[in-house]
Amino acid sequence: MKIVVAIKRVVDYNVKVRINADGSDVAINGVKMGINPFDENAIEAALQLKEQGKATEIIAVSLGGSVNQDVLRHALAMGADRAILVETETKLQPLAVAKLLQAIVAQEKPDLILLGKQAIDDDAGQAGQMLAALLDYPQATFASSLHLENNELLVTREIDGGTETIALNLPAVVTADLRLNNPRFVKLPNLMMARKKPITSIAATDLGVDMASRLKLLKMTEPAPRKPGMMVSSVEQLLRQLRDHEGINL
Amino acid sequence: MSVLVLAEHNGKQLNPATLQAITAAQFWQAPVHVLVAGNNIDSIIESLATVKGVAKIIKAEAPHLVSQLAEDLANLIVSISADYEVILAAHSSFSRNTLPRAAARLDVAMISDVLEIKTENTYVRSIYAGNILTHIQSQDTLQVLTLHSSRFIAASLQGGTAEIISISAPNAFAKTRWVSANHVQSDRPALGSAKVVVSGGRSLGSAECFEQVLSPLAAKLGAALGATRAAVDAGYAPNELQVGQTGVVVAPELYFAVGISGAVQHTYGMKDSRIVVAINQDPEAPIFKVADYGLVADLFTAIPAITASIK
Repeated sequence: MKIVVAIKRVVDYNVKVRINADGSDVAINGVKMGINPFDENAIEAALQLKEQGKATEIIAVSLGGSVNQDVLRHALAMGADRAILVETETKLQPLAVAKLLQAIVAQEKPDLILLGKQAIDDDAGQAGQMLAALLDYPQATFASSLHLENNELLVTREIDGGTETIALNLPAVVTADLRLNNPRFVKLPNLMMARKKPITSIAATDLGVDMASRLKLLKMTEPAPRKPGMMVSSVEQLLRQLRDHEGINL
Repeated sequence: MSVLVLAEHNGKQLNPATLQAITAAQFWQAPVHVLVAGNNIDSIIESLATVKGVAKIIKAEAPHLVSQLAEDLANLIVSISADYEVILAAHSSFSRNTLPRAAARLDVAMISDVLEIKTENTYVRSIYAGNILTHIQSQDTLQVLTLHSSRFIAASLQGGTAEIISISAPNAFAKTRWVSANHVQSDRPALGSAKVVVSGGRSLGSAECFEQVLSPLAAKLGAALGATRAAVDAGYAPNELQVGQTGVVVAPELYFAVGISGAVQHTYGMKDSRIVVAINQDPEAPIFKVADYGLVADLFTAIPAITASIK
């Protein structure tokens, strides 16, 4: 079984991002970047399938500028076999991401495509479902467990109020939730070895895909802060405030 | 032109967030149709038939729709999409699973978790866990959206007289098979629609303490229990209680943040609450910046004291 894992380079989750001076975009110059956390879960899931003898090859794919080599090296250091960088400086929206990945799937013909369930920058959570739609493949989003049994992929999904389990015929698309696994730490020797693994670059424009933006960004603004609150000094004062000033019947 | 709302239900009950999506759908001042897909869904149809602002209910019944697979629902939506310029639903794990698939089949963008509808094709949504708002304009002729339901009031259950029509659903997708569901049985209200939420963080220290400290307060308040990702990851609370960027988004009348530091990933999921009460031992905890009332105290004494003091 061949697995393609799609990974995105995003601002590190600990960084509090700011809007640039003219309100046109997020200021990311000089900001710490890294692999989208959910995508690390996707890589780990692929590695575990390989360690169980169920997967033969893992290909990490990232879309973006040559700077994305760092997240691909990270995936290779975790244990992916090779990597593909689809090079573009265009800001990609989820539909364009799905179309580019569809083109890679057409070339590589994987049995399973793994993605993170959402990217922590734009929080759209669409690329996996859109890719599955374009390929007409089965999909399992928000996966918290994943087993291959008799050529069927059994996936438990986190849904509101609980979980559900579905079985997918392969090939299929699965998006990873945080509780799917604990991604392994990358050790220095692995990072060194990853340098020897191949990264193939493909120009996005060579894939013949419509990458046009469908959503025009008009501006970015800061959310209105909540009205300032007050500190209370005791449980009694808290309850008095809630009862007398907020009209809550406690 | 018309607006299509995808109804969310569990086969027995309508998810109340659907009523908030119906309110949002009124923005276009066009007939609002509601698509209800499933099997044996007469009770859901009945509960929607008198909802104010619904012109038509489209009933799609088929045995295979009972499991509400994204593949089948997306195909169903695509089959009726020609009549619509807007297709929307309340933002939830259900719609997040289904609508991107439908949008891609229709070759249009999707706009997730819309906070505000500005014009007929301009929206505000947040990025970076709610840290930044983007104002975006759709360039597509068909718009697919999910709505941050707490930003919209629920449509009235009375005052409407919807026409009900039945349509046949496309054949089952068949390459995906529903196996089982594990819905957590609880006497507490559903987290997403509860009027009061009591949430706990890592400071609770153990699953036992989480239960022993928070449950009596939740019981007295008729509240749902919530948790931070840290508390869930530590095993103090089950996954489905997670409030935040990657969990459930809540907006109750009253939100108790107990032993919660207030990472943006968590506050994303609760900052629309009307009143936020934060109890934390650390006076520097960021949760106090989003709290209406902050109390610096040991939660293990403060929470039992609050519980004992309320009726």
